[in-house]
Amino acid sequence: MTKQVKQLDRVIIRFAGDSGDGMQLTGDRFTQESAVFGNDLVTLPNFPAEIRAPQGTLPGVSSFQVHFADHDILTAGDAPDVLVAMNPAALRANLGDLPVGATIIVDTHDFTARNLAKAGYEANPLDGDDLAEFAVHPVDLTGMTVAAVKEFGLSRKDAARAKNMFALGLLSWMYGRPTESTITFLERRFAKVPDIRDANVTAFKAGWNFGETTETFIVRYEIKPAPMAAGTYRNITGNLALAYGLVAGGVQSGLQVFLGSYPITPASDILHELSKHKSFGVTTFQAEDEIAGVGAAIGASFAGHLGVTTTSGPGIALKSEAIGLAVMTELPLLVIDVQRGGPSTGLPTKTEQADLLQAMFGRNGEAPVPIVAPRSPGDCFDAALEAARIAITYRTPVMLLSDGYLANGSEPWRIPEVSELPAIDPAFATVPNHGDGDEAEFWPYERDAETLARPWAIPGTPGLEHRIGGLEKGDGHGNISYDPANHDYMVRTRQAKVDRIAASLPPLEVDDPDGAAKVLVLGWGSTYGPIGAGVRRVRKAGYQVAQAHLRHLNPFPQDLGEILRRYDRVLVPEMNLGQLSLLLRAKYLVDVVGYNEVRGLPLKAAVLADVIGGLVAEAEGIEVDLVTSPAGTGTTDGEDDIA
Amino acid sequence: MSTDSATGSATDLGLPGLRTGTEGVPTIGEGETQTGKDFTSDQEVRWCPGCGDYAVLKAVQSFLPDLGLRRENIVFVSGIGCSSRFPYYLDTYGMHSIHGRAPSIATGIATAREDLSVWVVTGDGDALSIGGNHLIHALRRNVNMTILLFNNRIYGLTKGQYSPTSETGKVTKSTPMGSVDHPFNPVSLALGAEASFVARTIDSDRKHLTSVLAAAAAHRGTSLVEIYQNCPIFNDGAFDAIKNPDTKADAIIPLVHGEPIRFGTPLESGLGSKALVRDPAGSGVLVVDSADVDEADVLVHDAHHPDPSTAFAISRLTDSGYLNQSPIGIFRQVERATYDDQARAQITTARGGAADDDQQSRLAALIGAGDTWTVV
Ligand SMILES: Cc1ncc(C[n+]2csc(CCOP(=O)(O)OP(=O)(O)O)c2C)c(N)n1
Ligand code: SF4
Ligand SMILES: [Mg+2]
Repeated sequence: MTKQVKQLDRVIIRFAGDSGDGMQLTGDRFTQESAVFGNDLVTLPNFPAEIRAPQGTLPGVSSFQVHFADHDILTAGDAPDVLVAMNPAALRANLGDLPVGATIIVDTHDFTARNLAKAGYEANPLDGDDLAEFAVHPVDLTGMTVAAVKEFGLSRKDAARAKNMFALGLLSWMYGRPTESTITFLERRFAKVPDIRDANVTAFKAGWNFGETTETFIVRYEIKPAPMAAGTYRNITGNLALAYGLVAGGVQSGLQVFLGSYPITPASDILHELSKHKSFGVTTFQAEDEIAGVGAAIGASFAGHLGVTTTSGPGIALKSEAIGLAVMTELPLLVIDVQRGGPSTGLPTKTEQADLLQAMFGRNGEAPVPIVAPRSPGDCFDAALEAARIAITYRTPVMLLSDGYLANGSEPWRIPEVSELPAIDPAFATVPNHGDGDEAEFWPYERDAETLARPWAIPGTPGLEHRIGGLEKGDGHGNISYDPANHDYMVRTRQAKVDRIAASLPPLEVDDPDGAAKVLVLGWGSTYGPIGAGVRRVRKAGYQVAQAHLRHLNPFPQDLGEILRRYDRVLVPEMNLGQLSLLLRAKYLVDVVGYNEVRGLPLKAAVLADVIGGLVAEAEGIEVDLVTSPAGTGTTDGEDDIA
Repeated sequence: MSTDSATGSATDLGLPGLRTGTEGVPTIGEGETQTGKDFTSDQEVRWCPGCGDYAVLKAVQSFLPDLGLRRENIVFVSGIGCSSRFPYYLDTYGMHSIHGRAPSIATGIATAREDLSVWVVTGDGDALSIGGNHLIHALRRNVNMTILLFNNRIYGLTKGQYSPTSETGKVTKSTPMGSVDHPFNPVSLALGAEASFVARTIDSDRKHLTSVLAAAAAHRGTSLVEIYQNCPIFNDGAFDAIKNPDTKADAIIPLVHGEPIRFGTPLESGLGSKALVRDPAGSGVLVVDSADVDEADVLVHDAHHPDPSTAFAISRLTDSGYLNQSPIGIFRQVERATYDDQARAQITTARGGAADDDQQSRLAALIGAGDTWTVV
């Protein structure tokens, strides 16, 4: 049969099924195939907090969205072009996100009266014309999978489990994905269970062949590789990149990494990953609770290792007192907060940015802590290295704010040359630093004139024996001091030390192509992608808007105040109720405008574009129309996201 | 094992590859000497006059030189409480940390560095109230460190509230009608947490205290030493029965490995008037009149027994109310692999002899692995 081939510049596919259907794996494999093919891509896994919520129900639906394109893209896409739904609940849970005309591929096998009822359907939606607005392909994926793997003599249940690979095979055919990496992956993953391995590989190939031969699908799509900067790439999630960044922090500083951690979603994968890298001298200590995790990390730092602790919001709450101890003892410490929906247990598997103020102020006393935030999954690597640089150079705990979207989402990452990574000098103290000759003493709080950092003298260094602790220190000698003037001085000095970090930061990059924009959009963390995509839409429609994104949230870059004042309006989109806005208003007295959503999901580019458009209209006193764009620039086609 | 402490507990168990608590810690050179003064910092000691903490500090200052370790390789970590000021008075490395968390900080230090001798100083509130979780987990992991638990059965630093070791009915500022809390017995707790070394000693008995410290330091793993410590300000006399020359013979049940357990005012034979025997009716141990038992039936203390049941039964002879009777000595001392040794061994194995200067190329290999593609 002849098939048509259509060119597309980008596609958003969402794989959805029951938690037990292997949708994360399916999405992940499709992503790897696309990455190897050379598309740019961004992914958005979305799964329930329960390991196995009741089968077939709406709360049990797990999905994985992948956006891939022949050009540089920034988000996982607002709305899927294609939905693969493995059961009625998956269809129902995701239908509302689909634009008119979207393609739906459903596994009809599970559309039984019972499963329809579990999903809350009174009638089979495949029968009526409820789905008339969409291009629906009902296929018995499970039935065909079971038939295809018959020869391996698996139980019906085991045979049916390979249906996700059948679906993957079909989609791989549809979008011309290379299949070798998936076959190799399956062979490796199931090496110890040959029938399961063979069944999965067979189902995968059967899905491909089904696409090739069936009349149900007559169109194949081609999405050309995206032009990318020269280099070697791999697809990477934020948590993996962060773990690699921590290993790199150890290598580049010559310090052994010591991770003290207590499992918590969505941070646990960093613990898992670092546990594999003992060959780099990395110690991973799974503590009895978050407090012990950070405590051990502080102890390790005192002993001359790079102490790290990883957690999410609830864990930070528990660690607060110990982080204060690290502030007081001025020891290097990396505190990684992979933010999730809060407060309390909140939305464990969903994303949010609502820990910024906790990171900034969540301690007793004046306890300033530098804060850095990655903007994309791959950027977690650089952010971890930057956090290590600050912690070691300035002898301070540093908070790194990632989030659930970055942690589990992935993107192609240009693998950096190790020789180009910054070197970090721990500069341990080895000799007394106060007084001369025989009288020379070691003063643990005598500071470096430039950075205000105190010396880091580790046990085992003769002559530098000293005691530190949480009680206020006398300036210089570091002995306990209750002197009012000394306390005032030390509080200010600890603040000044953190403030001085700003002197080591590059100027904030502002993307304002013609330098004529009146509106600036300023963000931090994982909103980088959606903000960038929203900005592109507005520009594509012919309007001016500037974008800047903060890596450093404490201290802010030195030029931030001046930049804010340059624009008539500053928009600050955040997945919280306005935490960065609050800090900016307080520090710079600038009337920034917040755009805030706390839905546990990334912001949408289309929504942001509208908000930006509204501000541009206000600031420039013009009408802004993002749909019918000006003079012959065509539609919004080719842009990042079209909802 | 090669300690010759006054407890007489040091015995070679004949197990292969066992190491002492201080193995791996650099020692002072031949001909070099150290004295208590070397271990004394220039900081003024600020406990109340008569506080039991002074005696312990003196004992530790004079004992540390005997270890023969390099001073810079000794680290004292404490929590918060009167007793937790301890590290400031020793001229070693030290950290006065936060309330209850010293065992976790010490775990990080001890795991990171085999070449350090790590000590924790904590109080009954610090270790058993706010830090109870860290204490039991340190004990179960068996991290190589020695924990000195100063038990004055009161919160000293916060001015006299009852603590988790205070007797039921105790009247304090926070319990004007008497405490209704049931107290912990730190030794029972430690044994329940499968601690490999558990001992109890008394602030005022320098000789015994020193011998227990020596055995604790020599033990590889977490050594828990409960020190009965008098707080003359908020709980004076809590240990009088075991300190008073007139009553102490009947109050102290001395535990010496390999010795029959007898105590009480000596009989004409010179042996104590009381003895411990196994309870024929149950799993515990009983205090009986010496005169009523055959020599052969007197319980011989076996601190090295792999099963902690008897040690636990002995620990239950401690009064939970006013302390008129308490076993003193080393309850348990068994060899068990330590967390830190094993954690370091895994790193050594994983490294497989990889050179340190190879790190960057190995990092490049790590981050460059997996499904990659190259854009030219
Ligand atoms: C988080 C926290 N909670 C409470 C306190 C107040 N506090 C300091 S010491 C202490 C109790 C100390 O009792 P103990 O450990 O028995 O030590 P002692 O003073 O008797 O030696 C308390 C409640 C504190 N410092 N930190
Ligand atoms: S209050 Fe008690 S424990 Fe604290 S220093 Fe005074 S006497 Fe010692
Ligand atoms: Mg106390």
